[in-house]
Amino acid sequence: MSVLAVRDLAKSFGGVQALAGVSFEVAAGKMQAMIGPNGAGKTTCFNLLDGQLRLDAGRVYLAGTDITGLPTRRIWRLGVGRTFQIAGVFASMTVAENVQTVLLSHRRRLAAFWPRVADLYRDEALDLLAQVGMAEQAERSCGVLAYGDVKRVELAMALAHSPRLLLMDEPTAGMAPGERMALMSLVAGLARAREMAVLFTEHDMDAVFAHADRILVLDRGRLIADGSPAEVRTDARVRAVYLGSDAVAEAG
Amino acid sequence: MEFVAVQFLNGLASASSLFLVASGLSIIFGVTRIVNFAHGSFYMLGAYMAWTLATRLSAGPLGFWGAIIGAALAVGVLGAALEVTILRRIYRAPEMFQLLATFGVVLVVEDLALLIWGPADLLGPRAPGLRGAVDIFGQRFPEYELLLIAIGPLVLVLLWLLFYRTRWGTLVRAATEDREMAAALGVDQRRLFTAVFFLGSVLAGLGGALQLPRETINLNMGFATVVEAFVVVVVGGLGSVPGAYLAAFLIAELHAFGILVFPKITLVLIFLVMAVVLIVRPHGLLGRPFVGLPASVVSPAAVLRPSSPAARWVGAIGFVALLAAPFALGDYALTVATEIAILVLFAASLHFIMGPGGMVSFGHAAYFGLGAYAAALVASRLAAPMVAGLFVAPVVAGLAGAAFGWFSGRLSGVYLAMLTLAFAQICWSVAFQWAELTGGDNGILGVWPPAWAAPAAAYYYLAVALSLSAVLLLRRAIRAPFGYALRAGRDAPLRAEAIGIDVAATRRIAFAVAAGSAGLAGGLFAFFKGSVFPTYLSIPRSVDGLLMVLLGGVNSVSGPVIGAIVYTGLGEQLVRFTDYWRLAMGVAIIALVLAFPEGIAGFAARLADRRRGAPAEDAR
Repeated sequence: MSVLAVRDLAKSFGGVQALAGVSFEVAAGKMQAMIGPNGAGKTTCFNLLDGQLRLDAGRVYLAGTDITGLPTRRIWRLGVGRTFQIAGVFASMTVAENVQTVLLSHRRRLAAFWPRVADLYRDEALDLLAQVGMAEQAERSCGVLAYGDVKRVELAMALAHSPRLLLMDEPTAGMAPGERMALMSLVAGLARAREMAVLFTEHDMDAVFAHADRILVLDRGRLIADGSPAEVRTDARVRAVYLGSDAVAEAG
Repeated sequence: MEFVAVQFLNGLASASSLFLVASGLSIIFGVTRIVNFAHGSFYMLGAYMAWTLATRLSAGPLGFWGAIIGAALAVGVLGAALEVTILRRIYRAPEMFQLLATFGVVLVVEDLALLIWGPADLLGPRAPGLRGAVDIFGQRFPEYELLLIAIGPLVLVLLWLLFYRTRWGTLVRAATEDREMAAALGVDQRRLFTAVFFLGSVLAGLGGALQLPRETINLNMGFATVVEAFVVVVVGGLGSVPGAYLAAFLIAELHAFGILVFPKITLVLIFLVMAVVLIVRPHGLLGRPFVGLPASVVSPAAVLRPSSPAARWVGAIGFVALLAAPFALGDYALTVATEIAILVLFAASLHFIMGPGGMVSFGHAAYFGLGAYAAALVASRLAAPMVAGLFVAPVVAGLAGAAFGWFSGRLSGVYLAMLTLAFAQICWSVAFQWAELTGGDNGILGVWPPAWAAPAAAYYYLAVALSLSAVLLLRRAIRAPFGYALRAGRDAPLRAEAIGIDVAATRRIAFAVAAGSAGLAGGLFAFFKGSVFPTYLSIPRSVDGLLMVLLGGVNSVSGPVIGAIVYTGLGEQLVRFTDYWRLAMGVAIIALVLAFPEGIAGFAARLADRRRGAPAEDAR
């Protein structure tokens, strides 16, 4: 069974139809990219999937369970991790504390008034940070990190509750090209090792075609292609959307 | 029927006065995001200056109206001067520091006015040519009031023309909508801010000057007015001038008729309206959410580090000093020390929501006062022992905090601050007007501790033990998971929700905990003073708490402790040595804000870090 199944998702803002009748599935252990020009509805789709926006119509199933319309925090508890287009970390905490806070939330211990956070789940947090290459910076304040490092901390936070599904909105935006490939390889490795489904948006077509097992293409709120990289590359409608840029044809 | 019509006209006249002050405040906030407490002082200065000019100049219309206009312009210049000399230096500091600075200005202006014009109420001349009254529905109605009724809409139209028909007005609107964007478009912010302060202050000065023929001029008119003006601005929608007129109209009419229909709850009425408006329409009647207005007004926060060895030593020495104090201090000094111990808990409780929570409360005195009243009522009406009173105080205050917090959970920033102010004023009005239960203005007397706790030293130890325990528990909570959940919600609310944190619920719990702690402080204070009065829940006490927290440093766990000691200690000394303690205190506050924009504790930590050679990024 697929980890995520989306049926006929629709959302409009005022008169603008941001998404219309979008259906797709994401399988465990697979990297699935969602691409499309600016304004195609990618971020809207993510915000619907993790409950930040209310959908107008459609159903969202996580491993067969209907999660349509649940609040963000409930969806997270059911095993959906998320990184944001503009990375959101807790600036007044150290790198390690950011991850520890997620672990505390996962174990439902954030209501505790007595224990010191400094002693809680620290090793586990450092393990996660080591996986994303941030262990050396564990004691630095998140408010002063380079942006690429913030993105990696965010990834560690998103992984902390061992999600079944990871939603990554432009995980490599703002990173140097070398860093991009490294991060995507890292995520692809984790997806396979953890049997985790990954749905990501990305503007860097090289990164998409190098790492995606499957690609969805959105254009003006509609799904125009859903297939393997090879299929998408030769799809006439996709080529039309990306006409002139040749990005799709040459990437990979 | 005739009476209703005249009452309606009275309301309209008041609405005009209120609108002048409130529109100035709204314009200043809209562009600079400064919550300008000094606005009421400018209103008062406008009245005093108009009085001086009018009594010096010729008695004719030229002299009178010249005095009004001259006073308004002079106040405008003062406002611009305030912006240039003080506020401009701290735009980069957290917003609450600007509020603190303007509060310092309030204190300075109040004492300067006392020095210049004396303590007695002043009566101004009446407006030449408008001394009479006209006949409206058989009732006599003063001509001057008719003029006032016209001035409000006239100024509204002039402001509208200024904002929508001039280039400068367009810039102001752009800056109100989106400050960053306006700056990116090349608007010279420094000149714009100075000009906006001038305009806003002229309006305040004009509002004050126009009161000359209506009421006596006194030193209290500033503070009373600024609170009402804030209500108007918030109800109308921050930054919206038409909203300010609408709200001024609503509130003035509410006053005019409320006094007939519900004479018992007049004081509470406008705050009830504000609370309802904020709950139903969180951005006011005609307001819109601001772009770039941070949810927290006390950022940016730094990482919490474990206490340094030096800080531990200071703490240990302080603890020994606390224990030894009764042996070293006289009775008077010991009562001061007891008061400080209690206020430290009050400040720490406010810090709990302001620092880690990022929620500013303008009405924290409500919980202090509710605790005090609960303790006093249990002791005097039920004749229960003190211990019962001290137990009931935090429970009652905590429940009130939970109830108010339930409404406040979704608001943030200045709107939340104003809602807390509304709740505090509602509590104050109840304490003031429900005389059968609370004794009204006379308060509740004879709330003394039992014999074992009556000696100064005994009560000192009791207060220190309870206050210190509560402060340490709060401190511990900040470093515990709950504190991290609270800070997560402050730093990045969306991210916090996306890792399973119920941000609103976390804030509500924090609110209740802070309220309970403040209630314990209030209970201790009741038995310490032997009496409770409505002033315990009043705005000045809330402001005291704010000052303590901000002086100490919002981002420092020890900040409120230091702030409370410095503020209360300083105040106590100043009152003893000079009649003009407000002036000295105001100057001290302004100097502290300019010198230590991160608070005293924040500054000390930075100094210590520099000495250790720690990176500046972690300055704590």
